[in-house]
Amino acid sequence: MSKRIDVNNLNVYYSKFLAVEDVSLAVEPNSVTALIGPSGCGKSTFLRTLNRMHEVIPGARVEGEVLMDGENLYAKNIDPVAVRKHVGMVFQRPNPFPTMSIAENVLAGVKLNNGRISKSDAEGLVEGSLRGANLWNEVKDRLDKPGSSLSGGQQQRLCIARAIAIKPDVMLMDEPCSALDPISTLAIEDLMQELKNEYTIVIVTHNMQQAARVADRTAFFNIAGTGQPGKLIEMNDTATMFSTPSEKATEDYISGRFG
Amino acid sequence: MTTTEEHKPFEASAVPLTAHKESVANKLFGGVSLVSASLILVTLAAVATFLLVEAWPALTDTSGELAAKVDWIRPEMGQSLIQIVGYLVFGTVLISAIALLIATPLSIGIALFISHYAPRKLAAGLGYVIDLLAAIPSVVYGLWGAIVVLPVLQPFYNWLGDNLGWIPLFAPDPLTGTVSNTGRVALSAGIVLAIMIIPIITAVTREVFLQTPVLHEEAALAMGATRWEMVRMAVFPFGRSGMIGATMLGLGRALGETMAVYMILSPGLSYSFAILQGGLHNTIAANIALKFPEANSEGVSALIAMGLALFVITLLVNMLARWIVSRRSEFSGAN
Repeated sequence: MSKRIDVNNLNVYYSKFLAVEDVSLAVEPNSVTALIGPSGCGKSTFLRTLNRMHEVIPGARVEGEVLMDGENLYAKNIDPVAVRKHVGMVFQRPNPFPTMSIAENVLAGVKLNNGRISKSDAEGLVEGSLRGANLWNEVKDRLDKPGSSLSGGQQQRLCIARAIAIKPDVMLMDEPCSALDPISTLAIEDLMQELKNEYTIVIVTHNMQQAARVADRTAFFNIAGTGQPGKLIEMNDTATMFSTPSEKATEDYISGRFG
Repeated sequence: MTTTEEHKPFEASAVPLTAHKESVANKLFGGVSLVSASLILVTLAAVATFLLVEAWPALTDTSGELAAKVDWIRPEMGQSLIQIVGYLVFGTVLISAIALLIATPLSIGIALFISHYAPRKLAAGLGYVIDLLAAIPSVVYGLWGAIVVLPVLQPFYNWLGDNLGWIPLFAPDPLTGTVSNTGRVALSAGIVLAIMIIPIITAVTREVFLQTPVLHEEAALAMGATRWEMVRMAVFPFGRSGMIGATMLGLGRALGETMAVYMILSPGLSYSFAILQGGLHNTIAANIALKFPEANSEGVSALIAMGLALFVITLLVNMLARWIVSRRSEFSGAN
């Protein structure tokens, strides 16, 4: 089930260094929200705070709140491991588990936390997830082959299948196409349009055309200079952002004058 | 001077396409690495030949002459060289197996703690201490084991014999009804060997664990894996061949270890699994050390035959490890 996200006054620190300053934004359910901005502006860092993956990095911490359908992900009684079951993530480089077969990769998340699943349910889930990721027809005859035997684009869709197999509410994508060729990129972009019917999607991208193609709303992040914190400059409907942005910095970035 | 400035690049790139003279450094390095590689093969062949040639008289003796000239082979007790080698191979494998069973889980635990659980500062210090442990000579381990460890273990052995004596492994001596009262038993040798091989197994597995791709760790964490689940999903599968390799390195050291076993174990010959009774087991290496000083030429030949047996065991262990590592190479992390 798709959920909305509200971020209120979020600061992200790496130890004492303030990496992202005072971000407040809302992400609508059943939509694709794109985060754009130059390298180092903190958009990936911000994305990771939405499923608490930044906590993997020693010293990283946040102030402020992230509400998922009103529930604060940073409340004291919240378990980060549980958060990640509700907020799935796809990474920049495809990362299927090399020691697992295609089917095992899809089921990897389901079998966590002592999760058990019957053989017929497992087969159904593998097929459903792979269909959901538009990969089923390409791999249905070799489900027991290693995931690393697939092409880069197929591996990335396998990772998406793996993420949707645990039935998250929100799907985060950290530059999911930057390691892929144009045809694979197109396949993933098409997939996003289907996925947003069931999930809330937040995508970080360096490719502004991609943001224009896939996103309903776009947020622009920027950084004043090296050592300065990244900030959210503005957020609006994608069409508005790319035609009549309200900030000068956004217009400069989008028109290719810097970044 | 008709050449203009613009033509210079053409002149500069006029390297002939025909074969050019190889540089001296290139040749030298190629030669050195070829010689080094060949040297390994030559050494291996030389050792194998030496063992075979020297052991041949003992191995082919059928007249009973050998038994007459080597005082530790007692035909009146039904012993032949092959039988004694059999007992010693059993003792060697048994004690090494005990060492490995204790050392492997501990080493993997320590390595994992250093690579994925400990705070960075503690991890660095701990890694350094482990490396130091590897530098202690085995004779020191033997002394420490005989003087310090045995008395500590003895009460524990008594308890095991009294309470778990029905398990064949911990069976007390049928004559006295108790386990050995000196602690000079196979289990002690196994424990001290385990302590000796922990550093090498830990050091290698730690290096392997540290190289787990962050990509795979994050993949596991991002779908809601706990730290332990992440380790099982990403770290262990990736480090599998490295862990096996490390274990085999440890096993190699345990199989060949002489001094520590020699100083701890009360030797004997049997096929008994009772690891709490003294005088039942010995290892090939410790036996060679024990018998060599007083051996005549026939005795030396018999001992070399034992060395040959040890060589064969080690070879088999390594081949087995290779086979395990290669069995699922399609699924390995290398691609």
